[in-house]
Amino acid sequence: MIAPAKPDLVTVNIDGQEIAVPKGTNVIEAARLVNVDVPHYCYHPKLSVVGNCRMCLIEMGMPAVDPATKAPIMDPATGKQKINWIPRPQIGCGTNVSPGLHVKTTSPMVKDAREGVMEFLLINHPLDCPICDQAGECKLQEQATGYGRGYSRFVEQKNVKPKRTQLGPRVTLDDERCILCSRCIRFSKEIAKDDVLGFVDRGSYSTLTCYPGKKLENNYSLNTVDICPVGALTSTDFRFKMRVWFLKQTIAIDTESSVGANTVVWSREGTIYRITPRRNDEVNDTWLADSARVLYKAVKAVDRLAATETIEALVARAAALFQSAPGAIAVVGSGRSTVEEQFLTRHLATALKASAQLVSRVGQGDKLLISADRNPNVRGALVTGLIKTLPAQQLTDLATQIDAGKIKVVVAINEDLSVAGLTTAQLAKVSIVYLGAHANATSAAAKVVFPTLTVFEKSGAFVNQQFRIQKTLKAVPAAAGATDDLVVLAQLVVAAGGATLPAELAALWKAIAAEVPTLATMTFANLPENGLLLDATPFAALPFVEGETLHYKPAQPAVAAAIA
Amino acid sequence: MNLKPETLSKIDEVITHYPTKRSATLPLLHLIQEDVGHLPPDTSEWVAAKLELQPINVLEVITFYPMFRQKPIGRRHIKVCRTLSCALLGGYKTCATFEQEFHTHLGEVSPDGEVTVDFVECLASCGTAPVVMIDDELHEKVDGAKAKQLSDQIKAEAKKR
Ligand code: SF4
Ligand code: FES
Ligand code: FES
Repeated sequence: MIAPAKPDLVTVNIDGQEIAVPKGTNVIEAARLVNVDVPHYCYHPKLSVVGNCRMCLIEMGMPAVDPATKAPIMDPATGKQKINWIPRPQIGCGTNVSPGLHVKTTSPMVKDAREGVMEFLLINHPLDCPICDQAGECKLQEQATGYGRGYSRFVEQKNVKPKRTQLGPRVTLDDERCILCSRCIRFSKEIAKDDVLGFVDRGSYSTLTCYPGKKLENNYSLNTVDICPVGALTSTDFRFKMRVWFLKQTIAIDTESSVGANTVVWSREGTIYRITPRRNDEVNDTWLADSARVLYKAVKAVDRLAATETIEALVARAAALFQSAPGAIAVVGSGRSTVEEQFLTRHLATALKASAQLVSRVGQGDKLLISADRNPNVRGALVTGLIKTLPAQQLTDLATQIDAGKIKVVVAINEDLSVAGLTTAQLAKVSIVYLGAHANATSAAAKVVFPTLTVFEKSGAFVNQQFRIQKTLKAVPAAAGATDDLVVLAQLVVAAGGATLPAELAALWKAIAAEVPTLATMTFANLPENGLLLDATPFAALPFVEGETLHYKPAQPAVAAAIA
Repeated sequence: MNLKPETLSKIDEVITHYPTKRSATLPLLHLIQEDVGHLPPDTSEWVAAKLELQPINVLEVITFYPMFRQKPIGRRHIKVCRTLSCALLGGYKTCATFEQEFHTHLGEVSPDGEVTVDFVECLASCGTAPVVMIDDELHEKVDGAKAKQLSDQIKAEAKKR
């Protein structure tokens, strides 16, 4: 079928299939659109094109025209315009589509070219897949299966190159496995803006090196491990821990800031082994900060809280506290809770006739994937109506009210009140009901503690700085003695005299959709993996703290926008 | 980096010849090597600062080209051609003669500090093989005997100093 040509589309023919693709698309991407795989190493969709691995060679031709009259030359055998095939293979990554371009990816010439490239790449390769971490997700291994000879004609000595080089605190390099694609070099230069990697020496002695005396230690260094097509760059943390094919992949969200980078959590039998980026061209492209990859360590942290009583007993004690101080209760919710938890927190606050507040967490943005707002879900609290204004970093009001004896009970959800500015004396003056996964000064001072889950043990949604609602799914089962936050919150709402609300996501979303206009048409199951942009206009006037990051520009202040 | 004032002014001048500073990397390295005799360890950083690059960008260039030396060499650089025509007409013997005369090995500084002998690829004078370049001067048809003669000359000049 010939796709209708739009002005900015170019029609090309790949292995006999016609497809219209946007101008500027290269042959690898165009082929992807018709499900044709052009094997490649050095090309990466988010980096500059260098064309140095030669794996993507294809045969290409253009429709023939008479040089003088420019009239198409027809092929009498087929009745179609003749194609002038270029007698030598071309690189697919460096060839942009042009109208009428014809490409063959399965011809004998292409097969020959791929086999030749593979044979050269494997000449100096140590062939150590059995002990290599990349095995199972190695492009070299995959292409060798497709285009390798299966036996070696190489009788000379292999090169010896440095092994186990520590490029930085988190990345280990095996130079013998490197195929010199330069992806890691380009990433460091173009994305991380930390140009420390390069090739020294030349020919078969070329060696990837970090400049002597420098280290690959920026907070994005592990992306080089993700994009290295072979096992040359490995994560020092993950190295030799687990075979990748044993791991279960679960989609998740990076919760360290309001960017909400998309991730994949890799786990086996309830243990998480690593976190890697998940491509989202509107949020994080294919990248993820190093700091986001160690967050899973919170799941098995030594300071995890575990219940010693049944949840019913805990709820009963909380209910007693609620009844002891009607009208003198405060709720401190969290910008780290999911949308669903914030929705239930709002119900809890309403049932207790208490005002709800959040604690703001502000840091330096890194202009890439960590924004200034270190709470992943302040916007979720706005959307669900838990808060109306942006939170402050210190709970000064609450402190004054406690001192004045106006507040007697505080429900704190995932927030350490001592960090938010309450003194030990103030904590001692009130009865605290604490919900959280880890021990801290507040849980120590609390009268009732509900051990709850880390983000990896539950499903839910977060609303990032773009007002994009994105979901995270449960990767591992709940730790022993911890209860799902939603279950605890739903029971507390009832204990506070509120309505019975479901604690299960599908049912809870019916209630959310019914009450929250912005989310009216949604269900949890229907949330796409790449998220959904919500209407941000009701909140346009709020002075959000974020500066510019990848795919995000802060909105102009309302006044300036009105003038423009 | 301790460069002569002339070198420094040449460097500043040569940078202006290129539309982007980066393009001046090679000429700068040549100028520094001419001045110092080799490229000392801080060259990458010095050139990078001068051309607004990162040191690794310069190190890549230095290690790519065999003509750049990262270690000091003898007072004179003897380059004996090892490519086909010269090899057929006795280039290997010529090279061995120089090594013996100065009690040295390829790529090393001779014990008297006078020379470094290198065995290099075609010097583009194949018709007069075997050929030898001593610093910038080409010597043609250098057989064993002529190599001995050239060595003696060098030694004699060394004595005069
Ligand atoms: S280490 Fe990996 S990413 Fe870097 S050049 Fe080598 S093969 Fe490519
Ligand atoms: S992917 Fe095209 S040359 Fe490497
Ligand atoms: S082969 Fe010696 S100069 Fe060409």
